[in-house]
Amino acid sequence: MTETKTSENHPSETRNGLIGRPIDRIDGPLKVTGDATYAYENALEGTAYGYILGAAVAKGRIAEIDTAEAERAPAVLLVMTHRNAPAQPDFGPAVTPTVPEVFTRARPALNSERVRYYDEPVALVVAETFEAARAAAGLIRIRYDEEPGLYDLPAHVADAYAPKRTNAGFETDSVVGDFESVFAAAPVKIDATYRTPFEHHNPMEPHATLAAWSGNELTIRTSAQTLANFRAGVASTLRISPERVRIVSPFIGGGFGSKLIAHADTILAALAAQILQRPVKIALTRQQMFANAGHRAEMIQQVRLGADTGGRLTGIAHDVWSATSSFEEYCEQTAVFARSLYAAPNRVTRHRLVPLDINRGEWMRSPGEAPGMLAFECAMDELAERLGLDPIELRIRNEPAQDPERGVPFSTRNLVACMEEGARRFGWERRNPTPARTREGRKLIGYGMAAAIRPNYIGAATARVAIDRGGRVTARLDMTDIGTGTYTILTQIAAESLGVPISSVKVELGDSRFPRTAGSGGSWGAASAGSALHNACNALKERILETARSSEASPLRGVNATEASFADSEVRAGQRSASLADLIRRIAPDGFEAEGSVAAGATTESYKTYSQHSYGAHFVEVAVDCDTGEIRMRRMLL
Amino acid sequence: MQSFTYERAASAEQAAAAVAARPDAKFISGGTNLLDLMKLEIERPAHLVDISRLPLDRIEETVEGGLRVGAQVRNSDLAADPRVRSRYPMLTQALLAGASGQIRNKASTSRNLLQRTRCPYFYDRNMPCNKRQPGSGCAALHGFNRMHAVLGASETCIAVHPSDMAVAMSGLDARIETISPGGETRTIPIGDFHRLPEAMPHVETVLGHGEMITAVSLPPPPPGRQVYRKVRDRASYAFALVSVAAIVEKSGDRIRSARIAMGGVAAKPWRATEAERALAGAAASDGAFTDAAEAALAGAVGHGGNDFKIPLAKRTMRHTLAAAVESA
Amino acid sequence: MAKTDNRSGPTRRTVLEGGVATGVLLATGIRVDAEPADTVTAAASPTPVPTMPMSLRINAKDLAVELDPRTTLLDALRNHLGLTGSKKGCDHGQCGACTVLVDGRRINSCLTLAAMHEGDEITTVEGLAEGDRLHPVQAAFVARDGFQCGYCTPGQICSAVGMLGEARAGWPSHASANVAAASVALTDAEIRERMSGNICRCAAYPNIVAAIRDAAEEA
Repeated sequence: MTETKTSENHPSETRNGLIGRPIDRIDGPLKVTGDATYAYENALEGTAYGYILGAAVAKGRIAEIDTAEAERAPAVLLVMTHRNAPAQPDFGPAVTPTVPEVFTRARPALNSERVRYYDEPVALVVAETFEAARAAAGLIRIRYDEEPGLYDLPAHVADAYAPKRTNAGFETDSVVGDFESVFAAAPVKIDATYRTPFEHHNPMEPHATLAAWSGNELTIRTSAQTLANFRAGVASTLRISPERVRIVSPFIGGGFGSKLIAHADTILAALAAQILQRPVKIALTRQQMFANAGHRAEMIQQVRLGADTGGRLTGIAHDVWSATSSFEEYCEQTAVFARSLYAAPNRVTRHRLVPLDINRGEWMRSPGEAPGMLAFECAMDELAERLGLDPIELRIRNEPAQDPERGVPFSTRNLVACMEEGARRFGWERRNPTPARTREGRKLIGYGMAAAIRPNYIGAATARVAIDRGGRVTARLDMTDIGTGTYTILTQIAAESLGVPISSVKVELGDSRFPRTAGSGGSWGAASAGSALHNACNALKERILETARSSEASPLRGVNATEASFADSEVRAGQRSASLADLIRRIAPDGFEAEGSVAAGATTESYKTYSQHSYGAHFVEVAVDCDTGEIRMRRMLL
Repeated sequence: MQSFTYERAASAEQAAAAVAARPDAKFISGGTNLLDLMKLEIERPAHLVDISRLPLDRIEETVEGGLRVGAQVRNSDLAADPRVRSRYPMLTQALLAGASGQIRNKASTSRNLLQRTRCPYFYDRNMPCNKRQPGSGCAALHGFNRMHAVLGASETCIAVHPSDMAVAMSGLDARIETISPGGETRTIPIGDFHRLPEAMPHVETVLGHGEMITAVSLPPPPPGRQVYRKVRDRASYAFALVSVAAIVEKSGDRIRSARIAMGGVAAKPWRATEAERALAGAAASDGAFTDAAEAALAGAVGHGGNDFKIPLAKRTMRHTLAAAVESA
Repeated sequence: MAKTDNRSGPTRRTVLEGGVATGVLLATGIRVDAEPADTVTAAASPTPVPTMPMSLRINAKDLAVELDPRTTLLDALRNHLGLTGSKKGCDHGQCGACTVLVDGRRINSCLTLAAMHEGDEITTVEGLAEGDRLHPVQAAFVARDGFQCGYCTPGQICSAVGMLGEARAGWPSHASANVAAASVALTDAEIRERMSGNICRCAAYPNIVAAIRDAAEEA
């Protein structure tokens, strides 16, 4: 109950009414006028343009590479290949790295003559202009010794193995009771297999970096969700101290998990800028985004459900076979939610990996739940149909009293109420449970619903907040706004906490010189950074009050701090009050500054004693053309 | 994109001569397809002749009662022209089913006819493609060929022509007017304009090097209701899986005549003459539509991923013909 | 190895299928005859790229520039003219982030050459507001929260401005039941169809539609 406890401790949380009130995005005017500056758009004197050339084969080695013609091409400054790229550490072991390491390990580029996946960078051309660099890349001649590779998940399921852990450090398997015998004897059974294809994040802004060295100091202007990861990843790949790397990323054109770690654009821009001693910018092309910027792997999922005739689940099994890279595992936690969502006395979840000659998988929009729920909730729908039960009623009948595998209470769980409210708003009662019975002209209309679940993650974060003698508040943290509204949310939190108007608060993000946060990802961003900022504001208020009570120049000298409140740009205590700006002018002309932090959720007691998730429900109306089979989604409520 | 020199043409004759003078020269008009391909070095012209500002951007009435559409008329202007909307609604529908608002504002009538296939192997220079690189093979034959041709294909190429506009124009019996470097002009019926791949899929039309389209003329609108139906994966901005342009003229309960063209099924807009013959004089009934669709797809061959197009094309044609007679 | 013409040689695949896994290939897959270089170094002083002078009129300002003829209008704006509001999302006309207005019409600036626009009136997202006063479409996007990451936003806004002009002129769309009708009502279905050339990966579509609806009603 982390969130509830926080508000219990601070009952005045929303007294100033700024949290929960819809306001225009702070960064809105910048974004609608084109003034928000994204990574590639930074201009530094003398910037050169890089263009990456990708491998034409998916597995093998570069036997010969001829760059002579490219080097002679107009305006070309540098052609970098594995033969002349600065030395970098080798790629780490393939096993799924631990949580800290996965974000910070060295991931070299142009480090070897090996080609490990199609379109892996094999050369970088840097030129005076983008056009010249791109054209010269086409002049590089390469002879590959191609090797046979593995690319087809279904064909190689027999090679599947169990990884040590899944992404985010979950157990690979879980077993409760005796699923197989219960399933064999179950009066109602569903055994369904689902396949999902490779999926790619493709944020609107392709990955891009402008790297510039000043002496030994490297500044990376890039598109990053999590600056600390970029900083550590760049430092370990370049074998320099993280203190020498500054990451700047105030605006990010979407990430969806693909910008949690540095990619080839960042590493190669940094290396080329060092060689040329001038700034270098590189953007991945849209085509390069598919192989070089992460993906969600292809998966096969088998869901088996055993139930009694009343629709109560007696056993559930969720088995996942996922493609993975042969050189760095990524095991999405696809079946992990199934350990918590529904009650059933007998349960099995298992993750298996099939190594293929593809690039590493990465975190993509709700790792685990997104592909896993698709399969599991479809199977639940099949079961509801088999039982002649409404899909919502089936879920209600399997609502657990506590976390069914961990045996701990839920911190909060309003899934049933959510589904019922969703059904009301959507008009679920109009649904005809018999398939293909609702028609509109030549269209068949179908309704569907699914439950939603997502764990509550809190990442360690620190924020610094300052107030000057004009009452102006500045908050700084290395958090990012990937479109999630962070600038606005944090502005609201600071304004609410300090009792000042929105216009008095400036939130500065996206610079690794600011206090470290967990960045944006996994839906932890606002909760983590917001909690840190909230604590920083409380610390700031304490500092202000401490001085206000003791300073001779203070109109609030001697007040009881427990009675004090910050509202309407004033500090009030008992019968006394003072304008915040005036107070600071009198007691601290240089203003005040304070920091606040929040610990990683996984380290806290509440994570051990509660099962912490948020829940939701989706309702969809779909039309299918009777003549052509065209499928169109007409309505969605979530 | 390899380097090129650029000139802006002063007249149609001069443009044709300028391109004819160099084997590595090309016309550029809207650029929406050519630049797309040049960025990937699938097209590598060394000289571009910009014809986008030639005064070929008018739509005029013809003496026979049709319209003559200048080569440089933008797709959006052609679609929005009141005469086209009222007399050739099928052409407007086809144009509006193609591409996006931005592309239609640039793409010209003549270059729409000349746009190249979106076969993914044509676009991937790491893969064989006889159209891009004659003699290298066809990766689509045994590859991902969901979007590919089921009619008129060959062992060398199973790519489809991507245009919607051309399908409607095929049903309307449009004629393509050209000028050659020497100043000679000729008129080519649209049915003879695009070539099937046979052994030379890289030769896509009957135009000579430097021969430039100056106009597309539309005969007077034929009697009957016009319908263009496009089936695609997304609701908008996607190429056709299958499309059908149909004009059906009824006389009482019988069909007097029908004109049917299909898109997404062949390397050219596919005029379904067998279906037209099957319908002429037949009763306007589901049975006749089914027979027509069967006749149209009688010679169809799938290649695995695109097998579904054969029944889809039949169903789409049946449904489109039914829609055309419903309110004819 | 046989000398092969760049434009007609076999591809990597045919080479490999023929059992020869060692043809020298252009990186793009085209087989050529060439010896590999022994060393790879940074070019000392490269030859310059050929350029051509052009005069462009952008946001009511006349600009004389000297650019490589290959420069797209989008790259001219972003890399040479400091107008980075227009975005590069795909560089192939598929995402719409680069949309600008040329003589009032929306086009993909990535699929046109700068050289082709001499004498045109080019308007980018930077040229829509009048001083501090946002264009009604810009204001509607802020009021309706018609964006998240903001990277598609300039293209969405320029596209919407152009689209509203098209609708005012009575242009039909694929969503119009009767293409011969003289005027169109901008229903949500019409707005969605007409804006299909602009992708928003954050999926702010419901708010984008609402913003455009507001702007259309206001106009």
